[in-house]
Amino acid sequence: MSDEVVLRASDLKKHYTLPGSLYAKPATVKALDGVSFELSRKQTLAVVGESGCGKSTLARVVTMIEDPTAGSLQISGEDLADGNKNVRRKLRPKVQMVFQNPYGSLNPRQKIGSALEEPLMMNTPLAKAERGDKARAMMQAVGLRPEHYDRYPHMFSGGQRQRIAIARALMLDPDILVLDEPVSALDVSIQAQVLNLLGELQDKLQLAYLFISHDLSVVKHIADEVMVMYLGKPVEQAARQVLFDDPRHPYTQALLSATPVPDPGRHKERVLLKGELPSPIDPPTGCAFHPRCPVVFDRCAAETPLLQPARAAQVSCHLMDEAE
Amino acid sequence: MALLEIENLTVEFATAGGAFRAVDGLSLSLDASDVLAIVGESGSGKSVAMLAMMGLLPWTATVTADRLNFDGKDLLALSARQRRQVVGKDIAMIFQEPMSSLNPCFTVGFQLGEALKVHLGMSRAECKARSIELLDLVGIPAPEKRLSAFPHQLSGGMSQRVMIAMAISCNPKLLVADEPTTALDVTIQAQILDLLLNLQRETDMGLVLITHDMGVVAETAQRVSVQYAGQKVEEQPVVDLFSEPHHPYTAALLAALPERATSKTLPSIPGVVPGQFDRPDGCLFSPRCGHATDRCRTQSPTRASAGLGLAFCHYPLVKGVPQNHPGNGVTA
Repeated sequence: MSDEVVLRASDLKKHYTLPGSLYAKPATVKALDGVSFELSRKQTLAVVGESGCGKSTLARVVTMIEDPTAGSLQISGEDLADGNKNVRRKLRPKVQMVFQNPYGSLNPRQKIGSALEEPLMMNTPLAKAERGDKARAMMQAVGLRPEHYDRYPHMFSGGQRQRIAIARALMLDPDILVLDEPVSALDVSIQAQVLNLLGELQDKLQLAYLFISHDLSVVKHIADEVMVMYLGKPVEQAARQVLFDDPRHPYTQALLSATPVPDPGRHKERVLLKGELPSPIDPPTGCAFHPRCPVVFDRCAAETPLLQPARAAQVSCHLMDEAE
Repeated sequence: MALLEIENLTVEFATAGGAFRAVDGLSLSLDASDVLAIVGESGSGKSVAMLAMMGLLPWTATVTADRLNFDGKDLLALSARQRRQVVGKDIAMIFQEPMSSLNPCFTVGFQLGEALKVHLGMSRAECKARSIELLDLVGIPAPEKRLSAFPHQLSGGMSQRVMIAMAISCNPKLLVADEPTTALDVTIQAQILDLLLNLQRETDMGLVLITHDMGVVAETAQRVSVQYAGQKVEEQPVVDLFSEPHHPYTAALLAALPERATSKTLPSIPGVVPGQFDRPDGCLFSPRCGHATDRCRTQSPTRASAGLGLAFCHYPLVKGVPQNHPGNGVTA
């Protein structure tokens, strides 16, 4: 049961078209360009990258907020592409999302109890009393007290609000939880509480997590698998230990070395990246990372590298060919 | 003589629910060319203390201090007009959100030139030349072109560079950076931190770095002051703080970092920072502290010696063991 694949994405793409105007030709933004992964129960896949790399687009596609332009998405064994309205309606509760900012994702005029019961009201035939019982049980599961049921969001601290958001996402017994930077708005001491809670819930409810983050120290703590993205494409995909011990792609290496380590005694060589993420409207030719890459060579600007196995990881870089 | 001396700084805000003490008896001193990091959770009064020092708080705030000296001047005794000649020129500040601290209606060149005109009395041509020089210094490509750019045309990292250029435009003696990289990506954060440290070394200014990221602290600061609920709970050189924290709060904060975790469950600190209405008696950290006794809950602690990191605690930790604590029988 525990290694059952609940989410399978293959070559998932999401392109947006920007309408042309008097001065600009119509353009295509490849926000997500060929992402494949599998996610099993009790597993955590972390998606890492800078802002604008397509992490959040991936979350929107996986949660069925938007349809993929190409590629297939299977949730609990059912393919979305050939699913009709009813199949989709049945699948939607299976994938739930927790947002980054707990201050913005709760309705300030809705009491916690009613916020938790709303998904049940829309999706299940439960009676009022049953809904209340379920909400109270869930509040206890995420570490909120019963008297919080009748309170408004402004009466809670950031950590408690994130607990409420997690409780709300769990109300419909989902298989998959998409966590979009769930702890980046929280202080260190509160972050630890929420990360512990997420770990406990995963064990208890057999949840699969798609964990989107830019904080590599958090990813190192919580993930089983890591996917590093750059301009809509995965550049490296590997098990956590493999990726952190032996990063193969130059971008992964740069990300790891740029992350500040809370250990003043350690002096490390930093790979400082020049410049910033290029615009996805007009991506560089060949490998999208080549203008910033410290080990760039001729082939990088001409050919687009493919994601291929390199030792225990999947890496998309021409250097991997050279090494062999 | 120290560049900045703060002694017993207290800031109270008049709110509808009564007075709220955001900073409580804070003392700090900073020499020229020092890099001091102030660490603490949100609501611990890090920013408010620095804003109070610069006189940038609204009228609802009452600022009192035994001493508030900058470069030999008593900041409390200055009139508003005199203060404005110091703030922005000798003391400069970089704010957390680069996107919202630039004025969207004016070009980068105009906003950079403003400080130069007001503080240094430069002419238009001089302003322009200096602005280009500054943008070049902070690593913005094609600075002549960027002068006529509006803030919305810049990325987050670029806006923060412009903010830094603006802050160092009058060669300040003290730069206060309030969470300068929190809104930025890690690769950009590394660039900005490198830039700040290089500028600090070259111009020999004092740098106060306000942050909650222990990683950033470890890589940039020389000295660290830890703040909790408006009070300074500990101050140590950076290496000593990470190897041997003396206040239980610092120890708990370090233990909660995922990098230092030894098991799947992180040692978290229960509860939250006290707010306006649930401020405990005695030690402010006592409701969340694992070592708290009745003495902690009733009596305000005294400050330990410099050897114990000036820890504001009844039982400062030595090698993780609370001293003079009734629970362990150890007497120091």
